Amino acid sequence: MLTIKNLHASIEGTPILRGINLEVKAGEVHAIMGPNGSGKSTLASVLAGREEYEVTEGEVTFKGKDLLDLAPEDRAREGVFLAFQYPVEIPGVSSTNFLRTAINQVREYRGLEALDAVKFLTMMKEKMKLVEIDQKLLSRSLNEGFSGGEKKRNEIFQMAMLEPTLSILDETDSGLDIDALRIVSNGVNQLKSKDNATIVVTHYQRLLDYIVPDYVHVLYKGRIVKSGTKELALELEEKGYDWIKEAIDSEATV
Amino acid sequence: MSKDNQILEELTSKEYEHGWSVNFEADEAPIGLNEEIIRWISAKKEEPEWLLEWRLKAFKTWQSMTEPTWANVTYPKIDLQSLRYYSAPKQNNKPKSLDEVDPELLQIYERLGINLNEQKKLQGIAVDAVLDSVSVATTFKGTLSKLGIVFCSFSEAVKEHPELVKKYLGSVVPMTDNYYAALNSAVFSDGSFCYIPKGVRCPMELSTYFRINAANTGQFERTLIVAEDEAYVSYLEGCTAPQRDENQLHAAVVEIYAAKNAEVKYSTVQNWFPGDKNGKGGIYNFVTKRGICAGDHSKISWTQVETGSAVTWKYPSCILKGDHSIGEFYSVAVTNNYQQADTGTKMIHIGKNTKSRIVSKGISAGKSQNSYRGQVQVMKRADNARNFSQCDSLLMGDRCGAHTFPYIDINNSSAKVEHEATTSKIGEDQLFYCNQRGISTEDAVALIVNGYAKEVLNQLPMEFAVEAQKLLALTLEGSVG
Ligand SMILES: Nc1ncnc2c1ncn2[C@@H]1O[C@H](COP(=O)(O)OP(=O)(O)OP(=O)(O)O)[C@@H](O)[C@H]1O
Ligand SMILES: [Mg+2]
Repeated sequence: MLTIKNLHASIEGTPILRGINLEVKAGEVHAIMGPNGSGKSTLASVLAGREEYEVTEGEVTFKGKDLLDLAPEDRAREGVFLAFQYPVEIPGVSSTNFLRTAINQVREYRGLEALDAVKFLTMMKEKMKLVEIDQKLLSRSLNEGFSGGEKKRNEIFQMAMLEPTLSILDETDSGLDIDALRIVSNGVNQLKSKDNATIVVTHYQRLLDYIVPDYVHVLYKGRIVKSGTKELALELEEKGYDWIKEAIDSEATV
Repeated sequence: MSKDNQILEELTSKEYEHGWSVNFEADEAPIGLNEEIIRWISAKKEEPEWLLEWRLKAFKTWQSMTEPTWANVTYPKIDLQSLRYYSAPKQNNKPKSLDEVDPELLQIYERLGINLNEQKKLQGIAVDAVLDSVSVATTFKGTLSKLGIVFCSFSEAVKEHPELVKKYLGSVVPMTDNYYAALNSAVFSDGSFCYIPKGVRCPMELSTYFRINAANTGQFERTLIVAEDEAYVSYLEGCTAPQRDENQLHAAVVEIYAAKNAEVKYSTVQNWFPGDKNGKGGIYNFVTKRGICAGDHSKISWTQVETGSAVTWKYPSCILKGDHSIGEFYSVAVTNNYQQADTGTKMIHIGKNTKSRIVSKGISAGKSQNSYRGQVQVMKRADNARNFSQCDSLLMGDRCGAHTFPYIDINNSSAKVEHEATTSKIGEDQLFYCNQRGISTEDAVALIVNGYAKEVLNQLPMEFAVEAQKLLALTLEGSVG
């Protein structure tokens, strides 16, 4: 579904990603871990098409298409979803109105009819249950004044509504309380199918107890320096990153 | 080049959609401005002597005045002698009902999406259509007159209700008020008159639609709204003009009088031709709008959505004379390309326990300049006056300007005046967030801008709010940043 080959990207001339290779197949869950500043969010942003980042090398194909060639909105319409590490506030625009605009533009792109108000609301009701989100929150301005946890929950609610094929969750677990973590993870799990894939960016093994990954990758200095199965996450939890950092940094100096 | 500028360069703004004109025979005054022309207009309209005198007096006053220069706008000097001060579509006999109105005139309004045929019209809005200098038709007159409501063209009011016109004309905006108000008083052609008798709640929205059609013709309409004790009315004003290379002058006067416990809501969606994207052409809109809350517990509320005109100079104001009276001003002013707007309000607190609320949302794009100018004045005996002002500016791109000029003048220590102001830019973050959910940049801008202006748009009657939202999006099309 997603193939990333030798991806290099920089921002304002500073290289951040330095040769990422990653293959994600339908039905899989990949976890990306790594120390602060290693480039996890950058990778997510580049995949979603944020224009500040310049791709200097490499290629990304998504469902056989050249992803890097598509405008951000078209990537979304093709089924790429990014749950933001820091969701943005849009004053005066309710979540409901926002989502309806989004869904109908995605549907239009796919040659589907616009959802009428009734169908939309029915769908909303159903998905609201999935992440146990309160109706009141959705009638408020998008993310404005939402607590950290509420913002994250709302991201997953939007994911449920948009039914993406590739979801990238950037630290969705940070800021969630213990119950919310369980609820949101359950939601993500229920949305999983053999046709879609998920990339979860996280710092904590705890999340991976709920959303069990098929693969775990460690990102360091803009490269994936180690890949493994879910046991790798446990090992990281126990030992931290130093042993990996040391190995890589000494390699680099040799 | 930053992304903002790049997008700005790439996208060109959508052309103004009402930029057509129709050729039909017109009754026109000779070009120029002098006493003779004023007599000519007055005679044409078969006006009583007192009104002619009033006009001539205004003209004399105007001659001694000079054009104001304090507004934050620049434009070449207007040659007032090269304009025509009266142009009316030729209709052989004055139509008595809609059936007699020239179908070609009705068609002009059809094209603007305004249907003057009563049975087909949306329920709940009565329309007075003003083309160039005269009122073409007024709908729903019968229904309204049963309630004692007068809603007709200004000229008709002069004939049918001279005592009312005489009593209120110039009572809120004196002819000496300012340069453009004096000019208007001398040469005003037509406009709407609306009178709601004591205790009557007007059951439908009253609406006037102004259209400039003829070239080189100034439009000087005069609107007068009177709400007697306990009366209520919601009044709407819309406007368009054809696209022309030269600038056209529009200098209207609106007066509102609210008696005890009366409430008047006045909403405008201003969509005059703004000039093309290089700043050529467009309407100069120099308008004086003022209301007086004359009676205790009365309320006047101005809501305006300003999207058009090359230059706008407009400050709908409230004189809060009655105790416990309330004045409100809700404004969205959008400027794009080379448009300039200097707009705001004046709230003059005279009575005790008077309250005013100002919500101004400026949106600037392109190379435009957008200024808010507001004055809050609390007089000596206005105990416990309250004012709240919120002035926000939204910038799109980095070649436009937003300016705020609040003037506060307090002469009573019990007054409470609050002023809040913010300036923001449409964020890349917000746009990207929308894009990431599948929303195009153009629609993202519309969404964000409408969200930003929501508090004001919410004040508009439903049909107008939808129109206004579309207009905002249209005005800003291609100005992302
Ligand atoms: N405009 C910029 N100019 C220079 N460096 C930048 C810029 N924006 C981001 N960076 C740097 O890019 C690096 C990668 O940032 P990124 O947000 O991708 O890290 P991350 O792995 O998601 O970290 P975290 O775990 O803290 O979320 C950081 O060192 C950051 O400081
Ligand atoms: Mg990050």
